[in-house]
Amino acid sequence: MTNEAKMLDPLEIAEAWHRQGRAVALATVIETWGSAPRPVGSHLVIDGEGNFEGSVSGGCVEGAVIGEAADVIASGVPRVLEFGVADETAWRVGLSCGGRIRVFLERVDG
Amino acid sequence: MQLPSLQKLNEARAARRAAVVVNDLSSGRAQAFIEREDFPAEWDAAISETLRSGRPNLATLDERPVFINVYLPPPRLVVIGAVHITQALARLAPVAGFDMTIIDPRTAFATVERFEGVELLADWPEDVLPTRPLDRYTALAAVTHDPKIDDYPIRAALDAGCFYVGALGSRKTHASRVERLRAAGLSEEAIGRIRAPIGLDIGAASPAEIAIAVLAEIIGALRHRDRREEGLAA
Repeated sequence: MTNEAKMLDPLEIAEAWHRQGRAVALATVIETWGSAPRPVGSHLVIDGEGNFEGSVSGGCVEGAVIGEAADVIASGVPRVLEFGVADETAWRVGLSCGGRIRVFLERVDG
Repeated sequence: MQLPSLQKLNEARAARRAAVVVNDLSSGRAQAFIEREDFPAEWDAAISETLRSGRPNLATLDERPVFINVYLPPPRLVVIGAVHITQALARLAPVAGFDMTIIDPRTAFATVERFEGVELLADWPEDVLPTRPLDRYTALAAVTHDPKIDDYPIRAALDAGCFYVGALGSRKTHASRVERLRAAGLSEEAIGRIRAPIGLDIGAASPAEIAIAVLAEIIGALRHRDRREEGLAA
């Protein structure tokens, strides 16, 4: 991996943040329907302060995932989030491309 | 995900080994597995198939819903020849996410000043490649025009299944290269996989433009390979 790529790699960042003693949550795209901006397997890493790196969409739903991450960091219980134009919250966090995605959100534990 | 699994995964990725992580969606327990390891018998089929296809998937293992993620090594570019085109490639390829290695035994060309920031090995490909094997996640571009330097790595790249093998040179140069490779026993199928003349036809004239044409051709080979393999897996 090039240094440029490593500095932006969510999994390297997750490990580094954890080593620094920061609370860390990891989000992963586990399923997509229709046109989705990021492929299955993509990661977003979030710390306890709401700092983040990586992406699970083209910037459409990251805000909502970061909001949920605080709960997952507090409870340690993973959850599966679903986003799409069919959601009643679509006006807030829908995917403008018309796709749907499911995101697995978990805490990184020692 | 637990830290030991995350560390194991990151170490495998740094060592260019393909890895799989099985995530239990209800408990959050994650287990990392590296290619060529022994996998648990009851999970072996699912893990091996995911490694083969390179496609993450949802599955049920031990009656529990899981997400199986797969991490293939990032693409690598090995360039034979520390020439002017290579200097431009050395600046472009890292931006596109390629690990890059340059090999050239001619120490007048292979100087650190000309190639700051990328891996540069001033040795013969015959000496370097056995210790740093090519693989199917690697592209090889041979740009010295010198058969003494280029021919061995071209053959090694075809043998290793590199996703891209390109060779610089005029049609005449390539015709004599094909004759030598044929005489050495390479199949027509293998010889046909060599991209020559190298680079997409964008009318590139300067070394930097040729570098862009070569990099674009490499990206095309990488992404079309993904599409071909998805087609096969579907």
